[in-house]
Amino acid sequence: MKDDLPLALIAVFVPFSLVSIGGGTSIVAGIQHQAVDVHHWLTAREFLDMFAISRAAPGPGSMLTTLVGWQVMGWTGAIIATLALFVPSSLLCYGVAMIWRRYRGQRWHTALEKGLTPVGLGLVLAGVVSILRINGGGVLSWGVALGSAALMSWRPRLHPLLVFALGGAVFVVARAIADGRLAL
Amino acid sequence: MSAPSSRPSIGAIFSVFFRIGLLSFGGGVTGWVFREVVTLRHWIEEDEFMSGLAMSQILPGTNISNLTIYLGQRLRGPLGAVVALAALLCGPFFAALALASGYSVLKALRCSDAAMDGIAAAAIGLLLIVIGRGARRLSTDFAAMAALLATFVSVGLLHWSLPLTAVVVGTISVLLAWSRTKPDEG
Repeated sequence: MKDDLPLALIAVFVPFSLVSIGGGTSIVAGIQHQAVDVHHWLTAREFLDMFAISRAAPGPGSMLTTLVGWQVMGWTGAIIATLALFVPSSLLCYGVAMIWRRYRGQRWHTALEKGLTPVGLGLVLAGVVSILRINGGGVLSWGVALGSAALMSWRPRLHPLLVFALGGAVFVVARAIADGRLAL
Repeated sequence: MSAPSSRPSIGAIFSVFFRIGLLSFGGGVTGWVFREVVTLRHWIEEDEFMSGLAMSQILPGTNISNLTIYLGQRLRGPLGAVVALAALLCGPFFAALALASGYSVLKALRCSDAAMDGIAAAAIGLLLIVIGRGARRLSTDFAAMAALLATFVSVGLLHWSLPLTAVVVGTISVLLAWSRTKPDEG
């Protein structure tokens, strides 16, 4: 049985690699179903914890996959799951990127580029809204996001981590004030 | 802007993408990449970045890993792509496992929730800059602005299917662009 685990991890994550259009968040529900309901690798509670950790960790949110692999098989599992998620889509992307760059300047390429760029930007904007919604800060989240954008446009060399720390501080103070008001 | 001769070394690619991977909290990774690669280093021009961004959004896979592959390949071919992706992922890989190992400790520190939310909101600012720059380039193009808005409203507000939206809006938008592109000139 245990010999099949690496294969099972690959069989679960490779398809997710190729259907995860629009980034990691679109496949979370599918991974949960496979890992919790189908394979019983983790309990629902453990999965939620892993999800929370992957959101707190830096980098692409897809580190959730790494954590599931780690729960199943330790270091080996973490590496197998990560590669299974990133290698197939990366190979595809590499091939497309080569074609994409080779034909730059041709009419069909210019049309594709001009036509798809606004769609790509629209998707980034949609992603912004969904992150701010999960974030749960409402107007405050938008205020901090816009403020940080303004600050970093104005001073491009200002280190983003400084701006992030400022955002964190604003939230801590705002929540403390809100809690104080509730306590009264 | 800068000549193609100024293409970065493999080591420089590794260090930039490693830093992006490790420092990019809260989902603003694309914004980090734009800042490091375009704003600060001029490794590629803005319109080439936007072109790659569109491609990486539409292909399957994590947007940020696709964008990294595109840039790595553009800068240094196959080796550049592999090194950039490995550099991007190795920091978060160990960070996620370290966080998971210390999760019980983290859970005790609940007060960090507000700070994490604030950091995430500020990180969104980096993404807004990319959107602002991109939208400004499109602002004279009515059809492109309409496509941007249609995509955003469909996926972001109405929660309609992302692949379906990309196919429908993308097709219309590409056809409109085609009709207004001159036949292959030199």
